[in-house]
Amino acid sequence: MEATIPRTEAAEPVLSIRELVVEIPTRRGVLRPVDRVSFDIAPGEILGVVGESGAGKSMTGNAVIGILDRPARIASGEVRLNGARIDDAAPESLRALRGKEMGMIFQDPLTSLNPLLRIGDQLSETMLAHLPVGESEARERAVAALDEVGIPGASQRVRGYPHEFSGGMRQRVVIALALCAEPSLVIADEPTTALDVSVQAQIIGLLKRLCRERGTAVMLITHDMGVIAEAADRVAVMYAGRLAELGPVRDVIQRPRHPYTDGLMGSTPLASRGLGRLRQIPGAMPRLGNPPPGCAFAPRCPKARDACRLDPRPEISGSGGGAACLFPMEAA
Amino acid sequence: MTVLVRISNLTRVFDVSKPWLNRVIERLPRATLTAVRGVDLEIGEREVYALVGESGSGKSTIGKMVVGLLPPSGGSVEIDGVDPARETDREALGRLRADVQMIFQDPYASLNPRWKVRDIINEPVAARGGDASGLAGRLLEKVGLDAEDGEKFPHEFSGGQRQRIGIARALASGPRFIVCDEPTSALDVSVQAQVLNLMSDLKDDLGLTLLFISHDLTIVRHMADKIGVLYLGHLVEEAPPDELFGDPKHPYTRMLLAAAPRIDGFGREAEPPKGEIPDPINPPPGCAFNPRCALADEVCRARHPELRSLRGARVACHFAE
Repeated sequence: MEATIPRTEAAEPVLSIRELVVEIPTRRGVLRPVDRVSFDIAPGEILGVVGESGAGKSMTGNAVIGILDRPARIASGEVRLNGARIDDAAPESLRALRGKEMGMIFQDPLTSLNPLLRIGDQLSETMLAHLPVGESEARERAVAALDEVGIPGASQRVRGYPHEFSGGMRQRVVIALALCAEPSLVIADEPTTALDVSVQAQIIGLLKRLCRERGTAVMLITHDMGVIAEAADRVAVMYAGRLAELGPVRDVIQRPRHPYTDGLMGSTPLASRGLGRLRQIPGAMPRLGNPPPGCAFAPRCPKARDACRLDPRPEISGSGGGAACLFPMEAA
Repeated sequence: MTVLVRISNLTRVFDVSKPWLNRVIERLPRATLTAVRGVDLEIGEREVYALVGESGSGKSTIGKMVVGLLPPSGGSVEIDGVDPARETDREALGRLRADVQMIFQDPYASLNPRWKVRDIINEPVAARGGDASGLAGRLLEKVGLDAEDGEKFPHEFSGGQRQRIGIARALASGPRFIVCDEPTSALDVSVQAQVLNLMSDLKDDLGLTLLFISHDLTIVRHMADKIGVLYLGHLVEEAPPDELFGDPKHPYTRMLLAAAPRIDGFGREAEPPKGEIPDPINPPPGCAFNPRCALADEVCRARHPELRSLRGARVACHFAE
């Protein structure tokens, strides 16, 4: 597979998260939507973050870029961007990093664009703020950026407003906006969930191509295993705020080690697997305020034994990845 | 196989004109959007018929017309020989309404938050003056919840549980035919698997006929006996799942199948599809797919292709062979 960029262990990771904990203090106790999550993303690498709703994927992304909504806060752990700690950075310095070093792509392109500003003005505003360019150069670059994300007639379309674009075209504008200051990290939170399959394929292809060309690290948050399989180099599976499994995308999807990943795969109706009953995971994810002791998946796990229900909970051992499970699935 | 639902030349036009004063001042003509255009299909007894298509293809509009939530602008829907839009015999209409139910996409919007679950489930029977005692409890157990859950309110349940309540309500009147409009697209995959399994069990137990509307090809392949692909209000292809996935005949179906992300498609570098669905208010002349189609010719731009039979499928394309 020559398409993916080999991850060299020597290369300094763009993003490095260690033991990240996000807490939300409430009247009834402290919730932990992100609980001791650690991973790295290398330059040019796409890390897929999957999980069901409430697993903490978006919360992790928001913590990295420093846009957690109060009262949620980073309680402990480290976030390093290109080696420098940013989890304790002042709001002003984070604001300077966002857009410049970190680009963001959200699910709904209409809410991430300003409806009152022309597309071109939004692009050149971002470039003026972050790059050493003048007004006229920013304008030229805005046209080039729109051209690069495949918007036909870019030189006319820069004068358009967001509502004049279709959903897929708007998401292209958002990608152009996220990449225009040439950030080293892009966080894409469900970038194609609001789009139709044919447009989704276009957007994912575009994201892959641009990030490979520029060596941008991408954290791709999605619940769609198919998107992960096609786009990501490595994948992190989250469950109840914790990392369940981390590893190269082929291994995790074809030979899942954690019973939760295995269940998730079994419950995905596969075009290639044909008919028959779907495997289902009984029960539902535990509530944030009340995680069970030990492994959070133990109450739903077919392989759980007594040891699974005791603290300390299993952790991913080794830096390369693996499963946070005491009794991982046998490698077939 | 007896045909339970017969849809003939079904058409729905929406008026999307600006308010009359704007039309007068800006000298604009009336604008109409044809969401469904001349759709013909038949659903056999105990069959699962799936309609797939992207947003704006008209799949939900067809579903609403089939259950009678929207009147058709043209054509007809006959369920067991009764056309709800034309039938005048009240008794036959009443029977038809008990026979046809619907499951909605959003389990948060389709249950009245101020009603107890028991009342929600009993309503289809109670509203027709039927005896609903003990019904909710039995149905709740049938869909995998507790009979006591009937005393709770919808907010006490998760999304998957709510969808089970929606299914229980749809079963209350003892229907033969249920329209499921994206029943699992608001749910997570592991919960989706629970709900899909429940639906196929119930279908087998109760001998139901389903019209299953979805945008997700993998689910459709899993559930359906026959699949109809819609594009801009037209039925472009209809085939059994193995036929459709193994030998797609319409270029749009091929494009859809190629674009769907595959779980075994590691690092796949497929050429992404070109273009987007055209504006339904000003659809292209001829075949609606011609601006995006690699095979398109003058014929395609001039004349709309009729649906024709081809190797166990029906396809609307001049060049499919």
